[in-house]
Amino acid sequence: MKQDPIVEISQVSFAYDAAKPVLRDVSLVIPRGSVVGIMGQSGCGKTTLLRIIMGAFLPTAGEARVLGRSTTQLDHAGLFAMRRRMGMLFQFGALFTDLSVFENVAFPLREHTALPEDLVHDLVMLKLQAVGLRGAAQLLPTELSGGMARRVALARSIALDPQLILYDEPFTGLDPISFGVIARLIRQLNDSLGATSVIVTHDVQEALGVVDYVYFMAAGRVIAQGTPDEIRSSDEPFVNQFVNGKFDGPVPFHYPAPGYEADLEVASA
Amino acid sequence: MQIEDLRARLERLGSAVTSHLWRIGFASRFLVYLVLHSGTALRRFRLTIAEIYFAGVLSLVIILVSGLFVGMVLALQGYETLQRYAASEALGVLVALSLVRELGPVVAGLLFASRAGSAITAEIGLMKATEQLSAMEMMAVDPIARVVAPRFWGGVLSMPLLAGLFSAAGIFGGYLVGVQLIGVDAGAFWSQMQAAVDVRDDILNGVIKSLVFGVAVTWIAVFEGYDAPPTAEGVSRATTRTVVTSSLAILALDFILTALMFTGGNAK
Repeated sequence: MKQDPIVEISQVSFAYDAAKPVLRDVSLVIPRGSVVGIMGQSGCGKTTLLRIIMGAFLPTAGEARVLGRSTTQLDHAGLFAMRRRMGMLFQFGALFTDLSVFENVAFPLREHTALPEDLVHDLVMLKLQAVGLRGAAQLLPTELSGGMARRVALARSIALDPQLILYDEPFTGLDPISFGVIARLIRQLNDSLGATSVIVTHDVQEALGVVDYVYFMAAGRVIAQGTPDEIRSSDEPFVNQFVNGKFDGPVPFHYPAPGYEADLEVASA
Repeated sequence: MQIEDLRARLERLGSAVTSHLWRIGFASRFLVYLVLHSGTALRRFRLTIAEIYFAGVLSLVIILVSGLFVGMVLALQGYETLQRYAASEALGVLVALSLVRELGPVVAGLLFASRAGSAITAEIGLMKATEQLSAMEMMAVDPIARVVAPRFWGGVLSMPLLAGLFSAAGIFGGYLVGVQLIGVDAGAFWSQMQAAVDVRDDILNGVIKSLVFGVAVTWIAVFEGYDAPPTAEGVSRATTRTVVTSSLAILALDFILTALMFTGGNAK
């Protein structure tokens, strides 16, 4: 992998409650210019890891270096300065429902720049054109489909040309067409903006078609990593079950329970 | 066994008290942070004006109609009593003082809490539940400065204006019933009112009351919205708590303010 990482997670642990650690000794590197997937089951700690990269949570042990700075050393102003160089796509878009599509995309520009109105207009139209929704500029978020809302949110997250774009479950609840559109946009925007992208997802097949490198997580640890081809051919039992959607395996079909016979009182009969 | 039971009850009581104290402390720190981060709301005043429109202008109908009816009922009830003492010309004074000192700020405050306070809590709570506030933080925009502060100042500035309009509508209602319907002399109605209502002792004190109620209601509304659990049930409970808590706060504050403002003045 290339050097010059934009995100460097070193032996990070995190726990909301000391008795139940969510992340255990996680280390990973996200090189500049790449699209990296963090995959795993729901509850494996991948969203928590994303929040550590955002600076929303601080590691209880270890260090998270993002855009050249350690998040533990940042004060409120430093954290906001770092976030101005990042974009984030939330699971369901998180568009401002009282603002039109145009105003949603213009929001970061208006908040962080003093650009004249005609320039804001042109920039917003450029971003909306990039996601194919220039014609929807005057619609309200309530008038958009799920896939369109996600694309508007994507346009908003790239409004300030971020160096690092974070995606939290970007494919959840999308139809196959929107799925393909979002996947293609993630790759295209990353390459055309010269940005770096981190995708947190459990939609493994679709994500494997977009990413350059994958970190696989289970129970708060990184259990496998590699290129999409390496992950597809992995013989690690959990990865194999997850990638191929197998019915039973390290993640059992049955929730732990006492003996079946005992529950049915067969033995005593 | 009884000692264990007593201990469990005491623990529950202690835990409830501690949790309430913690929440009051959190709400106070929230208010201080909010006031200190009001620069955006004041510098970009159009954000606050938009909130004055939502909290104030959109509450006008309920405020004016309620004020009119309260004034009309006051005139009917007041006339009934005053005419027994042949003092029906003082009807204007009774209506005006009741409204300006007491009913204007209090009833307008209660209506404001139900109409605007609940809307503010629901809006902020839903923004939190749909990750709009988190999205703002990720865009390096402080949601307290950008979303909460304009709503707070919009509410605080709207409240005295609404209370004034409530009183004005009430006095007009009193005039309609007292002068136009019952036939009290119009000259006596207005002139006695003008002579008896003092700008500082009555009107200014009424404005101060409404300003204090405005701060209390809007503070409770924005805090409940911001602190609401991000679920449908959480937002619903927070909205209910806003109406109940701010109504009780208005009544308690009214008693304290009335005791401070009017009891001392009359005693001299």
